[in-house]
Amino acid sequence: MISNPALRYGLLLGTLIYLYFAVGSYDVNWSRVYEGLDRGWKFIAAFSHPDFSTRWTDISEGLWESVIMTVTSTVAGIAISIPIALGAASNLAPKPVYLLCRGIIAVSRALHEIIVAILMVAIFGFGPLAGFITLSFATIGFLAKLLAEDIEDMDRTQAEAIKATGAGWLQWINYGVQPQVMPRLIGLSIYRFDINFRESAVLGLVGAGGVGATLNTAFDRYEFDTAAAIIIAIIVIVMALEYTSSIVRARVQ
Amino acid sequence: MPVKQNNELKVWQRRDRNHQLRVWFMYLVGVAIFMYCWFVISESTTWYFVYDAPRIAADIGGRAWPPRWSYLSELWEPLWDTINVATIGTALALVFAVPVAFLAARNTTPNKTFLRPLALLIIVSSRSINSLIWALLLVSVIGPGIFAGTIAIALRSIGFTAKLLYEAIEEIDANQVEAITATGASRAQVIVYGIIPQIMPAFAGIVVFRWDINIRESTVLGLVGAGGIGLQLQSSLNILAWPQVTVILSLILVAVIISEWVSAKVRHAII
Repeated sequence: MISNPALRYGLLLGTLIYLYFAVGSYDVNWSRVYEGLDRGWKFIAAFSHPDFSTRWTDISEGLWESVIMTVTSTVAGIAISIPIALGAASNLAPKPVYLLCRGIIAVSRALHEIIVAILMVAIFGFGPLAGFITLSFATIGFLAKLLAEDIEDMDRTQAEAIKATGAGWLQWINYGVQPQVMPRLIGLSIYRFDINFRESAVLGLVGAGGVGATLNTAFDRYEFDTAAAIIIAIIVIVMALEYTSSIVRARVQ
Repeated sequence: MPVKQNNELKVWQRRDRNHQLRVWFMYLVGVAIFMYCWFVISESTTWYFVYDAPRIAADIGGRAWPPRWSYLSELWEPLWDTINVATIGTALALVFAVPVAFLAARNTTPNKTFLRPLALLIIVSSRSINSLIWALLLVSVIGPGIFAGTIAIALRSIGFTAKLLYEAIEEIDANQVEAITATGASRAQVIVYGIIPQIMPAFAGIVVFRWDINIRESTVLGLVGAGGIGLQLQSSLNILAWPQVTVILSLILVAVIISEWVSAKVRHAII
């Protein structure tokens, strides 16, 4: 793949030197790991007899809260993303608006959801509202970026034809641009719904609502069968969401 | 095409009446679901805190400024750990992801009835669990530290890389594989000379893409005790040392932006 032999072997050598130092900086307590293997095995075994019943109210409430956060934050996130995407498309927006919107997208993409959630919990207090705001904010970085790229790729002649009829700016967006990007917008929204559910399952670790808090407690108490039950529930919901979203996306695209 | 008769005038409509009512009904259901969900969130929120939020935000902002830049000197080692967690984690994931991808791809799997569903199950379960949950589990099993973090990153990355890789394998040009087979090559030779050269660019792209994501994820693994810069973040938050939090967040932001830039450059060079 790399035709220059000096560069090729240089890269290989560099990788080896890096690996030497990187692995050297690991400080693994092997006896602790060895002790842990027993517990790891217990955890794997717990998947054969997951315990849904003992903490059923906590699990079901947590999952329900996760789903609710997912629904609201996806809707709110899409509603905020659309104007930002319009502003971040270089063929629609003037330069200052473009830079501002791209800046918002960059910040939203760079900060991990958990970090945002910590700040939101500090500001708005514990509970699903902090999670809702976090996920809505994270949705912007994903949806607005991809939607803006789709708008930039659109067919100019259609938009121009609408403009030639004397349409105003809003009419131009609604009849010239929106029909071209709608299938992509629906597909992305459904995909983001998926991602938001996955993320909402961990926000509870920092107190931002959802099933993560229950999971954290289960691990802290070494209740592996409850933890296994929660993880199985998450996997099943994610698989179901992925399956429906693939069907819907295949239909609209 | 439905046309409404309005006295003498014929008015074109996009949908006929029943269809339009159904569309409106769907909107109604959607709005009702959203309002219900919002109601539940609103019920479990202490609105007093929310009204107070602008003051709190200003307060935190005031405490966080100016950043304590001298704290930066204590952050280089955790940052090095964080990068190692992401890099070694990605490398470990590849060791497992490549065979899983070959088992999962429809055109290379040796056994469609048993091995392929098994590989797909590995991919799905690895993908649906967030790396923080993996880290939580591993910290409770093998103890805190960057070793647990590395394994967590690896476990989460297997599904992602294997999924993208097996899709790339399924899209290869069958003619080239056939040409290699026609020379009498064994199964392993077909893979090495017929398939790998075709998927190599996609493979390299997937690897740097995942590495970039892993840098971002490894910055927060410390929150559950799995080492790296997140550990410093957690302890600074616990003692409410907001000037230090500002420094850590800026460093994370810079690291993430650099890794994204590197990954974009590499992918651009390959494709």
